[in-house]
Amino acid sequence: MKLAIASGKGGTGKTTVSVALALSAESAVTYLDCDVEEPNGKLFLQPEVESSQNVSVSVPVVNRNRCTGCGDCADICQFNAIVTQGEYAMVFPELCHSCGGCVYVCPERAITEEMHPIGSLNRGQAGNVRYIEGLLNVGVSMATPVIDAVKDHASEGVTIIDSPPGTSCSMVSTVRDADFVLLVTEPTPFGLHDLKIAVKTLEELKRPFAVIINRFEETDNCVDRFCADEGIAVLLRIPDNRKVAEAYSRGESLLSALPELKDEFSQLLSAIQLALESGESA
Amino acid sequence: MKIAFTTASSTLNGELDPKFGRAPGFLIYDTDQQNTQYLNNNLNSDSAQGAGIQAAQDVIAAGVQYLVTGSCGPKATQVLKSAGVKIFNSDSVTLNECLELLNSGKLTEA
Repeated sequence: MKLAIASGKGGTGKTTVSVALALSAESAVTYLDCDVEEPNGKLFLQPEVESSQNVSVSVPVVNRNRCTGCGDCADICQFNAIVTQGEYAMVFPELCHSCGGCVYVCPERAITEEMHPIGSLNRGQAGNVRYIEGLLNVGVSMATPVIDAVKDHASEGVTIIDSPPGTSCSMVSTVRDADFVLLVTEPTPFGLHDLKIAVKTLEELKRPFAVIINRFEETDNCVDRFCADEGIAVLLRIPDNRKVAEAYSRGESLLSALPELKDEFSQLLSAIQLALESGESA
Repeated sequence: MKIAFTTASSTLNGELDPKFGRAPGFLIYDTDQQNTQYLNNNLNSDSAQGAGIQAAQDVIAAGVQYLVTGSCGPKATQVLKSAGVKIFNSDSVTLNECLELLNSGKLTEA
């Protein structure tokens, strides 16, 4: 089961929940940190790092001796990553999406490809938890190839996928093939505003989902009202408790501050697994 | 020679647009023929990325030697310079003013 943890607004508690879920699982679990711009699951899980490898993408290289400046490559490129400046073609590798179209259409066979590293994939083990994170190199803006490389490591059993915040490319590519998505939010106007966008996104992607409210205080709050109105299940409400922030600041998981939540998290995992197996929504 | 101005206007009485890559279009003034031609830039201003790069390619293909604009991004500048196009920045309002300043050497080359 691939369970993605997303949000709308950042800082609502995705990693907090992802780590708690991983530590509450009763059997071996895989943790994929797809927040590749700043993966932070390892701060809490503290895995023994076993291996690290580069993630690279292919970008075109123009042989100016063969290039006639015909512009066929520029015409096919949907990303303006290759253009002719009159005499020859110029490449902007950071815009390239590695489709290979320019290589294919060049009538002079003047274009070849070379690999550019854009990030790394780091693997390790923390007790029961097999940990894999993607880390985007500084200065690179294209996260999706690194995210895809991390997702290749989903296991047959339970895979917890910590997603980037927001609802743009990075989040979409992380959650698009998840079996179930948990949206973590906070009961504030900003939390609700961005939750609504995340809900629309998941509906577009046709992902089954439910909500977890973090920093919960009052029963009558804007998020609960919205979810009730929309028929969205709220599966857990984590209380707003200073002990949680204190534990977090020490790099300790939510469960070390509120150990009573461990049972709730493992029941949550079982409930979602059961619901998926029986084909019902949670 | 040909001078391009970033603008929405089809005459030299119009106003200079401060942008290059997502400018509405370019008015190309041919100093030899003493005429103007407008090149629409709508397709590029709507693109998700690389608008300046593509606009640069279009301006070069139109045979322009001088470009006058508010400012031009680093990638577009790279493409233009590689083809020998000279870029001049101006914050003047009308194209006629820009032309005067250019002719009297008062605009600095970027």
